[in-house]
This record gives sequence, structure tokens and C-alpha cells, in this order.
Amino acid sequence: MGGDVGDPVHVVASDEGSDVETRRRRRIAFLAAAATAASLGLAACGDGGTGDSASQLTWYINPDGGGSDPAGGGQAQLAKECSDASGGAYTIGVQLLPNSASDQRQQLLRRLASKDTGVDIMSIDPVFVAEFAEAGFLAKVPADKKSELSKDAVEPAVTNASWKGEMYAAPFWANTQLLWYRKSVAKKAGLDMTKPVSWDQVIKAAKKTDTDIGVQASRYEGYMVWINALVEGGGGHIVENPGADGKDLKFGLESEGGKKAAAIIQSVSDEGVGGPALGSTDETTTLDMFQNERAGFMVNWPYVYAALKGAEVPWLSDLAWTRYPQTTAGTESKPPLGGIEMGVASSSTKQDKAWDAVSCLTSKESQKAYMLGTGNPAARTSVYDDPEIKKDFPMAALIRESLDASGPRPLTQYYGDVSSGIQREYSPPGAVNPSTTPEQTTNLLQDVLKGDALL
Amino acid sequence: MSTVTDSPKTPTTKGGKPRLSDRAKAEQRLGWKLAMPAFVVMLLVTAYPILQAVWNSFFNYRLTDPANKEFVGLNNYIVSFSDSVFWSAMWATVIITIITVVVELVLGFIIALVMHRIVLPRRTLRTVVLIPYSIITVVSGFTWLFMYQTDTGFVNRWTNWIPGVSDNYDWFGSFWPSIFVICLSEIWKTTPFMSLLLLAGLAQVDSSMEEAAKVDGASWVQVLYKVILPNMKPAIMVALLFRTLDAFRIFDNIFIMTGGANGTNSLSGLIYRQTIDRTEIGLGSALSVILFLCVLVIAAVFVRGFKVDLTQGRN
Repeated sequence: MGGDVGDPVHVVASDEGSDVETRRRRRIAFLAAAATAASLGLAACGDGGTGDSASQLTWYINPDGGGSDPAGGGQAQLAKECSDASGGAYTIGVQLLPNSASDQRQQLLRRLASKDTGVDIMSIDPVFVAEFAEAGFLAKVPADKKSELSKDAVEPAVTNASWKGEMYAAPFWANTQLLWYRKSVAKKAGLDMTKPVSWDQVIKAAKKTDTDIGVQASRYEGYMVWINALVEGGGGHIVENPGADGKDLKFGLESEGGKKAAAIIQSVSDEGVGGPALGSTDETTTLDMFQNERAGFMVNWPYVYAALKGAEVPWLSDLAWTRYPQTTAGTESKPPLGGIEMGVASSSTKQDKAWDAVSCLTSKESQKAYMLGTGNPAARTSVYDDPEIKKDFPMAALIRESLDASGPRPLTQYYGDVSSGIQREYSPPGAVNPSTTPEQTTNLLQDVLKGDALL
Repeated sequence: MSTVTDSPKTPTTKGGKPRLSDRAKAEQRLGWKLAMPAFVVMLLVTAYPILQAVWNSFFNYRLTDPANKEFVGLNNYIVSFSDSVFWSAMWATVIITIITVVVELVLGFIIALVMHRIVLPRRTLRTVVLIPYSIITVVSGFTWLFMYQTDTGFVNRWTNWIPGVSDNYDWFGSFWPSIFVICLSEIWKTTPFMSLLLLAGLAQVDSSMEEAAKVDGASWVQVLYKVILPNMKPAIMVALLFRTLDAFRIFDNIFIMTGGANGTNSLSGLIYRQTIDRTEIGLGSALSVILFLCVLVIAAVFVRGFKVDLTQGRN
């Protein structure tokens, strides 16, 4: 305790030094705090990323109407119900993916490529199954589960869940587009809607009645959906030899169907029936156009029915729907196919439990509950015969018919490149020319897949 | 602040080049020893990834298609340099860099002058000026996007008296308006950084020189051009160097606002698209190496060309 000697000089000196001293102490305290915060953050990451308990499964879901609310009617609710029904065999926790399909793919891809053991089950957009499967990111459906998971599911959804003869995912729900129209507009245009209509007829009718057609032609995946449906409807296929390596891939954009598709896009733009900003239309903007009676026709997913009903539009009795328009008059149309496939990560350490969970999540009961809860159409056809479904979805029979006839987007492990290449060359829609655009696009895609061009 | 005001007082070694004293040698050795751990760590965390990227850039390698990985030599570089997409990204990057750095230099200098003169709320003022710089770029990007979008935005209502700007004017529909908003957001956010660096330079200028010039009858403009600017040239150069390197790597604002549409993609955005989105590791690495070389060239031009001494902060 010698330091306590009350020496005035010492006191003054220490007083001067105290400023430096406190500053140093403060700095050390700050460093300590920062280090603690950082380690806490890391620990939190570790906990969230991997559920190490043996029965804990993590399901990466795309956002739906239910969000992450276990009573919201969406995937989070299914997760809870299946967990409860398993009798403790597994507990499914959900993680939300981003909103857009491309962002969902990116996040899953990053996790799968780094062999993240924290991913067990994934909700995947059908177009990305091929890419993930080719890269070895998806576990094959176990032989004893195949028939159960694909039983009475619509054929195109099963095709999209398979890659090179193997099944890699389970169809969960399947989406398709219908042609929505206002009866009064069709009547005024003299269009007989009891028979299948073609794009040319719809364009003519819209022009005659001075209304618009709601299509999705912004530079995004929705535009690719439209282009693909047009090409498929014309009897062509964007990719003619699915499964081939990038260098050998053959494209059908220059086929008759491909040229007809480009001609329809050109005509929607030239006739001015695509709305004031055709190049920036997506599902929401077209629904707006349709809702405020600017558009008399619209191609869109079935969710618009609930949306229009919910918005209490005064002209709801004027609303009607029919099958997707034909590319070539007289040839059956090929409506778009969307939806979600459920896959299991090959890096998951709990694959058996995960497939058991998938069985429950994609069961007929789950698909029905999901359709009622979110409005997303089931992949199993038997759901459509359910009286509850028939009551809530007056167009259920048409959805089922459209799903069966749908023309899926190309099955290829390079889907992302094919889609963005086409979107780039077909944008803006006003510049599409059937005699040049398909050829240019084919050349670009071939260069890109050979590694001879950037995207 | 304190480091800058100190530096003029520390005696610089005058003509110490021909022969080092024993003490100087010992100090140098000690310096190396002290810096070695940091140097080794830096090599590990920067040199290794850089070399890995250079190595990857010689391959045609897609993360989702590892079976078809093949050595292609310099092909990825040839593809990059011969593709118009690359040059449009380069053009957008250069345009944004030039516009933002020039405007920020002028604005930053004005703000620095004001901050240098103002005595009373000095600390508060300096803190307030720094606020935009402390905001995360993604957040400020979204803010500016929402301000200018036709549905959520309010800017059109303020500026619809300008010919060509209506309530429905789409700022993100074509190249130049998009570049304008992107640059505006960049400038708003990073001008404070520029002005603080310039303020440090202003503080270096010996006030007695200014006073002497004034006594000699120099006008305010003359003092600025003949005394202040020449004396703070090193600080200006350091500020310009840092900002140019920063601006050249622009990513966030473009990603948020246009996603690279209408030719507004930057080099970093292009790299992101190839590497993260397309998982073309080879092409993406080649582009990263090109960006790295561009940054090296910019740094070399500043350091060698304008003789900026980063360690001394003066000529």
C-alpha cells in the first residue's frame, strides 16, 4: 500500500496521466465488447445453421401466403402438422427463402455447393431441379417412395421432378395460367368464348374493343414463361435435346413454332394492345390493368381469382376464364407450368427422415390443405375431385385440364443461362422480329454455353 | 486528425539513403519483425485467394457442372475482352467513377472549407456531416430507389416543372437517367468521406503562410490557389486515390436500383452475375482478375504519376 502516500507531486502527475489511462481503459473495454459481440454473433450463426439434434429437420420454403406462421395455412403450417403427426420421429423447422425464384435458386445453390448440412428439405422451382440434380446436390428419391410420391400427380410435374431417368423430387403443387377475360368485352368483340381461342383472335378482339391484353413481358422469368408457352403451343420446344452438354444443346427458337411465338409478341406490341408499358409488365401490373378495367383479357396464374374477389371489384360477375390461348389456331394450346417440387439435399445427414417428412408434406391431405390455405393448385389430380376444393375453386376442372396439357419450360442443367439469354434478346418486346430475333438468340445461347460469351 | 497535425513536426530523415547508421539498421530490423505477423496473415488472407482466382481463370469451370471442367488457357480473357457486354460494363463503371469523383471532390472541398472555418459547433458539425457515410450502402440505395420510383417516389412531384419530367417519368427506364440517380446516391453517401480527408489536408496548411500571403495583399482566390491548394496537394491526391478505387468497384447501388438493366451494369456487377448467378467460376475469376488489374493500374497512376506518398501524407 505504499502507493497511497499522499505525495502532492505524485497526485498531480497521476492526474495528468489519468486522461490517457481512462482512454486506454475505455479502448480495452471497447475491444472486449466488440470481441464478445463478434463471438456471440458467430455462436448464434452456428446454432441457427445446423440443427444438431438427430430428429430436427430444416425445410427451406419459398414465401407463400402463410409466411413462417405455423397457423397461416402455408408451408409453415404443414411443417407443424407433419411434425405433430410423426409422433416425435422428426420435427420440421422452416427457413424462408427470398421472394423471387432466381434469388431462391441462388441461395440454395450457395448452400448446396458448400455442402451445408443444415439444409434437409427444399421447396424448389421446377425449372431448377435439372441443374441441382446434374450437380449432384439432390438426393435421389428412394425406390420405395417413388410410386407414393408420384401417385396421381399431373404428368408434367413428375417429368419436371425427374432428371436423366431418375426421380429427384416430389411434386408438391403445380401451377398453370388461364386466360381471364371480361364477358362484356368478349361479347362486344364478337368472340365466341365457348370454343378455344387463339392469340390472333384475342389480339384482334382487344384492338376492336380498345382494351389491353395483360401479358408478362418485363425482363424476368415471367417473360420466359410466356415465350415458352407460345413456342410449345406452336409445336416447338426451346430446347430440343434436353440433357445434352452445353456445347451440344440444340434450340428450337427458329422452328415454325418459335417464329410464330416471336410473331405473336411482335403483334401484341405493334397493335398496341399490351398496355402503355409492355416492357415492364409482370403478374402484379397485369392484374392491376385487368382490375381497373384497362385490360379486357389477361393470362395469369389462378391466384388472381382470390385477389379479385378479395379486392371486391364491382364487376366480378363479368369475370370469366378459359383455357390458355392457342399459338396456332386449331392446335391445342400448351399452358405454362409452374409450382414447387420438394427435394432433399444430398448433403443432408438425415435423408431417411427427410423423405418420410416429404411423404407427409406432399400427401393428398397436405396438398388439399395447402390449396385451400394459399390458393396454390395441388399436384395430385385427385384433390380436384374434392367437394371443398370444387366449392372454393370454380375453375378447378380447367386448372386440372391445363396442368395435364401444360408445356413445361426446358429441362436442362443450364436453365438459368437459357432463360436469361432469351430474356435479354427478346427485350424489349417492341424490338422482337420473327425473322431475326430467334436466330440471334440461338447464336447467343450457343456462344454462352460454349463459354464464348458473357451473359 | 491528430496523426495529421503531428506529421509536420516529426523530423524526416534527410538524405538518409546512402548509408544507414547501426541504429537505423536495428530499427529497420525491428520494424520488419514487428510487421511480420501482420504481413504473414495478410499474405494468407489476400494473396492466396488472389492466386486461386488467377488459377481458376484459366479453366472453363461451372460449379454445377464440375465434370466438364477443362483447361482453356487465356480463352476466358479473350472472351471477356471481345464481348460487348464487358465493354458496356466498363463504360458504365468509368462514367460513374468520373462523375462521382469529380463532383465529390468539388463538394467535399467546399464542405471541408466550411468545417475548417467554423469554430463553434465544430465536433457536432463533423459528426453530422459523417451521417450519410455511416449508412449502409444497400439501405441508402433502397432509399434513393424509393424516392425516384414512379409508384413510391415523391421526387417526380417536386421536379415535374422541369421540361421532360412528368409525374410518371421512369428514371430507371433508360441509361442516362439511371446513371444520374445512381451517381446522386453515391455522391450523397461518400462526399463526407472525401470532405473529411480534405479537412485533414486543410489542417496541414500552415496558417502563418496564409497570413503572410494576406499581408502581401493576396486576394482570397489567390490565397486558395497559390497557398492552400499547393500545400494540401498530397491530401487531395490521397483522397482522390481512395475514392477512385472505391468508385471503380461500385456494386450495391446499381444492384438495388436497376439490377444492371439498360447497360448500367458495372464491372463488379458483371462479375457477380457470372460467378454467383451463373456459377461460371472460370469466366468470373477472369473478370475479377481484370478488375484487380484495373485497380492496380489506377493505384499505380496515382502513386507513380502524381507522386503520392501514402506513408508521409506530403511530398
